[in-house]
Amino acid sequence: MVFGMGGGTSSYQEIEETDCILLWGSNARETHPIFFHHLLKGLKRGARMFAIDPRRTSSAEWADVWAGLDVGTDIPLANAVGREIIAAGLVNHDFVTHATEGFDAYRASVEPWTLERAASVTGVPAAVIRQMAHEYATAKRAMLCWTLGITEHHHAVDNVLALINLALLTGHVGRWGSGINPLRGQNNVQGGGDMGALPDRLPGFQHVENDEVRQKFERVWGATIPPKRGWHLSGMFDAMERGELRAVYVIGENPIQSEADQHRAARLMGGLDFLIVQDLFITDTAELADVVFPAAAGAFESDGTVTSSERRVQRCRRTIDPPGEAREDLAIIFDLARALGHDWGQPDAEAVWNELRSLSPVHAGMSYARLDEHRGLRWPCYDESHPGEAFLHARLWERPIKGPRAPFHPVDHTEPADALSDEYPIRLTTGRRLAEYNTGVQTGAYASPTRRGETLDLSPEDAKHYGIDAGDLVRVVSRRGEVMAPAFIDPALRPGLAFMTFHFPEQVQTNQLTIDATDPRSGTAEFKATAIRIEKAPAAAATT
Amino acid sequence: MNDAIWFRLPPAPSSVPHRPPTAEAPSVSATIDGRAVEAPAGATILDACRDAGIDVPTLCYLETLTPVNACRVCVVEVEGARVLAPACSRKLEPGMVIRTRSPRVDLSRKLVLELLASSVDLSTAPTLVPMMREYQADPGRFAKAVGSGLSSASSAAPSVSVASVLQPAKVDNDLYMRDYSKCVLCYKCVEACGTDAQHTFAIAAAGRGFDAHISTEFDVVLPESACVYCGNCIAVCPTGALMAKHEYDLRQAGEWKPEAQSVTDTTCPYCGVGCTLTVHVQDQRIVKVTSPLESEVTHGNLCVKGRFGFEYVNKTG
Repeated sequence: MVFGMGGGTSSYQEIEETDCILLWGSNARETHPIFFHHLLKGLKRGARMFAIDPRRTSSAEWADVWAGLDVGTDIPLANAVGREIIAAGLVNHDFVTHATEGFDAYRASVEPWTLERAASVTGVPAAVIRQMAHEYATAKRAMLCWTLGITEHHHAVDNVLALINLALLTGHVGRWGSGINPLRGQNNVQGGGDMGALPDRLPGFQHVENDEVRQKFERVWGATIPPKRGWHLSGMFDAMERGELRAVYVIGENPIQSEADQHRAARLMGGLDFLIVQDLFITDTAELADVVFPAAAGAFESDGTVTSSERRVQRCRRTIDPPGEAREDLAIIFDLARALGHDWGQPDAEAVWNELRSLSPVHAGMSYARLDEHRGLRWPCYDESHPGEAFLHARLWERPIKGPRAPFHPVDHTEPADALSDEYPIRLTTGRRLAEYNTGVQTGAYASPTRRGETLDLSPEDAKHYGIDAGDLVRVVSRRGEVMAPAFIDPALRPGLAFMTFHFPEQVQTNQLTIDATDPRSGTAEFKATAIRIEKAPAAAATT
Repeated sequence: MNDAIWFRLPPAPSSVPHRPPTAEAPSVSATIDGRAVEAPAGATILDACRDAGIDVPTLCYLETLTPVNACRVCVVEVEGARVLAPACSRKLEPGMVIRTRSPRVDLSRKLVLELLASSVDLSTAPTLVPMMREYQADPGRFAKAVGSGLSSASSAAPSVSVASVLQPAKVDNDLYMRDYSKCVLCYKCVEACGTDAQHTFAIAAAGRGFDAHISTEFDVVLPESACVYCGNCIAVCPTGALMAKHEYDLRQAGEWKPEAQSVTDTTCPYCGVGCTLTVHVQDQRIVKVTSPLESEVTHGNLCVKGRFGFEYVNKTG
């Protein structure tokens, strides 16, 4: 959003043709497997790769260099890389002078982050930080890709800004093969944001507090739009706590199992005056609802579009009819509107899309016919002769620059909210496995041969220290809750670091442990950093 | 935040950003079947044929895989050359005079098909049936066919004197099965599992001569192998030797009805990569998921969730 539109800057093809890849806080090999195919083509072509991750993941195994940083020290690492690039004279001054602003303040902010200091804070050897800085800065083309290892922190936005600063410093943005790319975790995270499912945006990244924009939408919608931004998800929970939010309509989410600090989420959702849940299944959240709307499966039983991590808008099509009383989201919403006194006519996904095209300039050229013909188009796509942009921000390289400069945002380190202590000495981080997805509502239905259920993954060193063998039942305690889980010994983990998923809430409710410390700007909780202690369960407990 | 940027969309660049042009490859001129053709340097004979609309049969070749020259079905005659050339991998050279059909070429293709069909069950290899007809291949010239591909008697027992690769199907997990009675050793699965797509390296060719076969490490069952069940091997298998268990079970039960199936493209419901899923539906149930080879996102590949993770939609109640 530093650049005004929130999306990955590059097409997948570009990572095949880049020279240096920083994969930061992402286990794309397992979480974005087909993106990783493109990345592997890049490696085969000779690209160098750095994996920045506390775990030596299966993605990191493909890297030339693994930077195994301590959880929550991304900013010190990025700032040290920035400082080294400046100190070694590797700044792309031409780009910085021409297309950015705020460099001097940035330089001052990273000045304290010497290689030695960063090494002691992050756990990454100084030589590795130096090498990363030099290779990234001197590569002809370079890509920065990240996932939730960057964004599931209470300083998520600062983490992202720290990475963007590096791209600005080196001019690795706005060119073919150079870019900054958040890999989206769900099939329409990108599209949801694009369509205005953000508290401060109308569709097409148009700001709700911009009067001109709002009036344009009001004219077409025939309704008044609140002139101030709303709440993020975590802000909604805070508003429930304050009693300001009393009714909630949940579509296709299972927040009482997927939210951090699950006890609190369940208490707040359970205390609402009115809860509607629209889902394929009776999830635990749906169990709490006053009204449940049975919904059709988006990808298989509905018509519409979704948008991918390369900004490609693609069609979803109805392949089978939804079962029983389940109906497409659109039909449910249209009926709800009718019940509220607004007749929108017959639900028609293409008609809704065409209205969106009339309001969002970056989608204007994407007719259903063109989406079919091209197997999807990338935004921005301004008119029906526009092919869509492979990469964003080319305007920064125009002379003179077109539009505003891209600002540096100095950011500094803050420790994870859930501090380690003698009582809670182990850092628990959470994430996904290849064959599973979120709370298992969808993946639970197919018979994955690799499914082993929830485990507490420990380093061999910690397992030995606590006298825990693989399969032993372990009591995992955080400041908010405790769970029992069998141990799994994973040499990809360093001592002091443990890992769990949240795929099997029916076995282990991992999010009873996690903390809902949230970045107020992104609304994302710090799932990646929980302080825990572990105890081998007594044999008697193991049988209960 | 910078208000100017935060509150207004940035302007579009003056021209549409695009991939920087690469130096255009010099053009190569040659003659194929008496026609003058031009192709960029580096193009194969097969590329040039397809550009010219000339049909050359292939079996082990796939656009997304590195040619391995295993099957020899695509051989063509190059004037002045002692031996036939595999069109899929031989580069077009200036001045080449090529014949894609000649008695020698036809005989070679016929022989390859007859040898395969005499030892391998081709009953689920529909692309081979017209090919065998075209070249009048008669596997009976070498041996009584196990399943000639021309008849549906796929499970007919081989006569004792016949060398064949007949063996029980390997069903060792719930997602896909392997029937090496149907394997023509085209190596496509090995390539898709290896350096051409998945880079998992769960399978490779093992053994020599008639014992050559595709195997996991030490021939362990799939759940003990490196397999991650992406099924990208199934996607490239030309003979149905590798098949989703779902399809296999329906076929075994006599309930697999391709003619009654609808095929629709949609987008995967899982992560944010946006893979195109081609959904095969029979009787309002999803029975198979594939992805188009020509998709820029997938090139025909999927992960385990995309290929097999659809069961939640079939679930009732």
